[in-house]
Amino acid sequence: MEILQLLLSGLANGCVYGLIALGFVLIYKATEAVNFAQGDFMMLGAFVMIGLVNPQFMGLSFWLAVPLALLIMGALGYLFDITILRQLFGQNQIAIVILTIALGFVIRFVAGVIWGHEPLNLHSPLALGDVRFGEVVLSLADIAVIVVTVILTMLLWQFFQRTKLGLAMQAASQNQMAAYYMGIPVKRVQGAVWALAAAVACIAGILYASKGAVDVSAGFIGIKAFAAAVIGGFGSLPGALMGGLIVGVIEPFASRYLPPGYSQIAPYALLIIVLVFRPHGLFAQVRTKKV
Amino acid sequence: MRFHFKTSYDQDIRLFPDGWNLAVYSALLLFMLALPLMLDSFFLGEVTNVLIWAIAGLGLMLLTGQTGQISLGHSAFMALGCYTCVLLMEAGMPFILAFLLAGIITGVVGGLIAVPALRLHGVYLAIATLALAIIADDIIVMLSPWTGGVNGKFAPDIVIFGLEVNRWVNPEYWYYLALAVALLVTLIYRNLLRSPLGRAFAAVRDSEVSAQAMGVDVARTKTVAFGLSCAITGLGGALMGLFAGAFNNETFNFLLAIQLLMMIVVGGLGFIHGAFLGAIVVAFLPQGLSIFTDTLGRGYQIPGLEIGVFGMILVLFLIFEPMGLYGRWLKIRIWLELFPFARRDMFRRQKSYLKTERVR
Amino acid sequence: MSLLELKNVTLKFGGVTAVDNLTMELREGEVFALVGPNGAGKSTVFNMISRFYTPASGSISFDGQDLLRVRSHDVPRLGVARTFQNIELFDRATVLQNLLIGRHRHRRTTLIEEMFFVGRAWGEERAHRHAVEEVIEFLDLQPYRDKFIAGLPYGVRKVVELARALATKPRLLLLDEPASGLSVEETQDMRWWIEDIRRQMGITVLMVEHDMGLVGKVSDRVLALDGGKKLAEGTPAEVQAHPEVIAAYLGTGAISKTASATGERV
Repeated sequence: MEILQLLLSGLANGCVYGLIALGFVLIYKATEAVNFAQGDFMMLGAFVMIGLVNPQFMGLSFWLAVPLALLIMGALGYLFDITILRQLFGQNQIAIVILTIALGFVIRFVAGVIWGHEPLNLHSPLALGDVRFGEVVLSLADIAVIVVTVILTMLLWQFFQRTKLGLAMQAASQNQMAAYYMGIPVKRVQGAVWALAAAVACIAGILYASKGAVDVSAGFIGIKAFAAAVIGGFGSLPGALMGGLIVGVIEPFASRYLPPGYSQIAPYALLIIVLVFRPHGLFAQVRTKKV
Repeated sequence: MRFHFKTSYDQDIRLFPDGWNLAVYSALLLFMLALPLMLDSFFLGEVTNVLIWAIAGLGLMLLTGQTGQISLGHSAFMALGCYTCVLLMEAGMPFILAFLLAGIITGVVGGLIAVPALRLHGVYLAIATLALAIIADDIIVMLSPWTGGVNGKFAPDIVIFGLEVNRWVNPEYWYYLALAVALLVTLIYRNLLRSPLGRAFAAVRDSEVSAQAMGVDVARTKTVAFGLSCAITGLGGALMGLFAGAFNNETFNFLLAIQLLMMIVVGGLGFIHGAFLGAIVVAFLPQGLSIFTDTLGRGYQIPGLEIGVFGMILVLFLIFEPMGLYGRWLKIRIWLELFPFARRDMFRRQKSYLKTERVR
Repeated sequence: MSLLELKNVTLKFGGVTAVDNLTMELREGEVFALVGPNGAGKSTVFNMISRFYTPASGSISFDGQDLLRVRSHDVPRLGVARTFQNIELFDRATVLQNLLIGRHRHRRTTLIEEMFFVGRAWGEERAHRHAVEEVIEFLDLQPYRDKFIAGLPYGVRKVVELARALATKPRLLLLDEPASGLSVEETQDMRWWIEDIRRQMGITVLMVEHDMGLVGKVSDRVLALDGGKKLAEGTPAEVQAHPEVIAAYLGTGAISKTASATGERV
């Protein structure tokens, strides 16, 4: 029973990692850039939601606030693309990595100024109540996390496979110039991707905040989400979710069965092992450049 | 306008291409040597700090600026250099030997880690090294019997040929020590740039396939770059720990590696000058900010202000001057040299569409 | 005597056979051209010689050595240099530095010598520089010596790439579409250079080229490829007159098809 309990709570955590990893993959798939600030987007999404819902701030109703928060975060993502990223158009990956790292620090700083550095709880209807299956106890939030994540992954996957915009995004990442000549508005597509990724981060943030208190350094769990994305192979959406689940499940088991100290590094150790033996992740998509 | 006529191939190989250049750097060296006469011990300590950051930055610059490999894990190698140096000193080894050996050991370990890590491209390498930096923190705690874990360690006294170097007693000696190491590292860096290995680094950075087609062993070159980079950064880390006087697992956490990377970008990626300019920004930013917050009222504290402002500076640089402070200086110099014939579009960046590195 | 020999070489990418049972042979001192429509497998042949790809079957040997046992960065050390179809220069370095990288295969200095610039370092640097200057002289690159690649026009980059390959002092030079994207005058220059490279330097040249005018003027022998298979081999005139080559380039029943195609558009 204990094992099942560990497994389920690990899965719920893993879904949050998976959701953040989904954001990485979205952006990577469409622009071949990696957003090191995705974890901080998640944190910002959580705080925007807290700002809208909690009584000491605006005190809106939860279900009204959800679409509002998504809209705000989507707009921020889009704005980030058109104001900053577009200036770096055509620069190499390293520049974008460094830019997004710096952006993460800026977001953390700004969030700290607005909402303070104390951990805050989101007044969420999901935060109340547990559900019992025999001896296994799951919070409502955990169940919501799992359900939402699975649905969202399926939707995004279908979006990339089926819709015109999804295909355009993929094309734009493979060869911007060719995509441009084929009539794909590359810049607008990029903006849309960043908006979408920020909105996904916002969903992750809302769910994360429903599970417990958040503070401005919550974005650092983005690093674990990295492990998830890499393990899943950066280009694959279901892979990202799988990676998230693997990382999420390993954590509680490591802290239960390994001596303290070793358990904290388990996800990173796994990441390094995967990279050493499968340099492009378990669900690889990358090969070397052609000449 | 100053004209630069070349009369011999040696002029391109020499450390200083012409007399003017030699004069400028000689003057700078004299100024640096005379600095302790002009500054009080507090500011001398700050300048020492700049030099230490610059040394660590040069290490990362060799990897990121020259070879084009990004590392977010250099804090781990700073820690390795520091702990190795201190442990060797505690074992009774003279400082100079312990210090150089610490650099070599860090370099070798770095090279060994590089073998699997450098099969990774760009972003993957960044993530793997970031994971390494995070793990390093926990490893230091696990190795408490040697490292002192969370309680940390105190730096032993530095004695060089019977001369005691102590930050509080004789800060000028500390300053000269840092200056000497900085000069040595800069010289090695510069020598590499003018020899085949340095060119191979650039080749790997700009096009791996064609480097291969020119006979450059890409994997080996990257390994050597990583090893050298770690060795230099390890020296910087050893100095940083010794200068701080006490250090523990938190001293070298992964934020340090990120700050180091941000520093060399602000300074100017790919330039030796960039490491020094970036170090000046990193070392003096806290001072500048505290002066600023003091004007808002005594005791007014904004947590995370320093790193937040640094992040903003970096974003602005990436947008407006991706070549960093040194790149900006180069442009100003060209403008002055050509005055009044410089045109705006001479400095315009070429924008191009990104092409995928993926095949499918 | 044959310098380069490919025997029954086959390479597949997934289900596609890029090169199909190809056998060819280069004699020392000749200019040999590979022609064929896009996707015929010409660049793939180059990439196999450079050891970027490994054939599924068959053998490749250079000067009696089995190339398949050599790693790609060791190929230039044997004396094989190449250029790329879409220029692959080191963009953030100067022309001079690019050419000096071409000298990498002659590097004899050790890491320690380079770090402290002692021992052989000075002498070697001077020697590299002299060798590179000869190439600069040969290809008239003096005005561009200290210019960064990123700011150079396309035609000059093409020449720099040729220069970098020559700086390695090769015995065999692989030119991947040396004239593509060049103006008429530049193509003319390229033609003289290729002839001089063969005559003055005694370097064997294998090239892929679409410009049949250039191929006809400089090459001794031509091999036509289509779909990875050899269609014809012989002098330029023989190959150009070969019915299968004409068919491959223009399609079977070429004339009537072209007519109907244009007819539809009008």
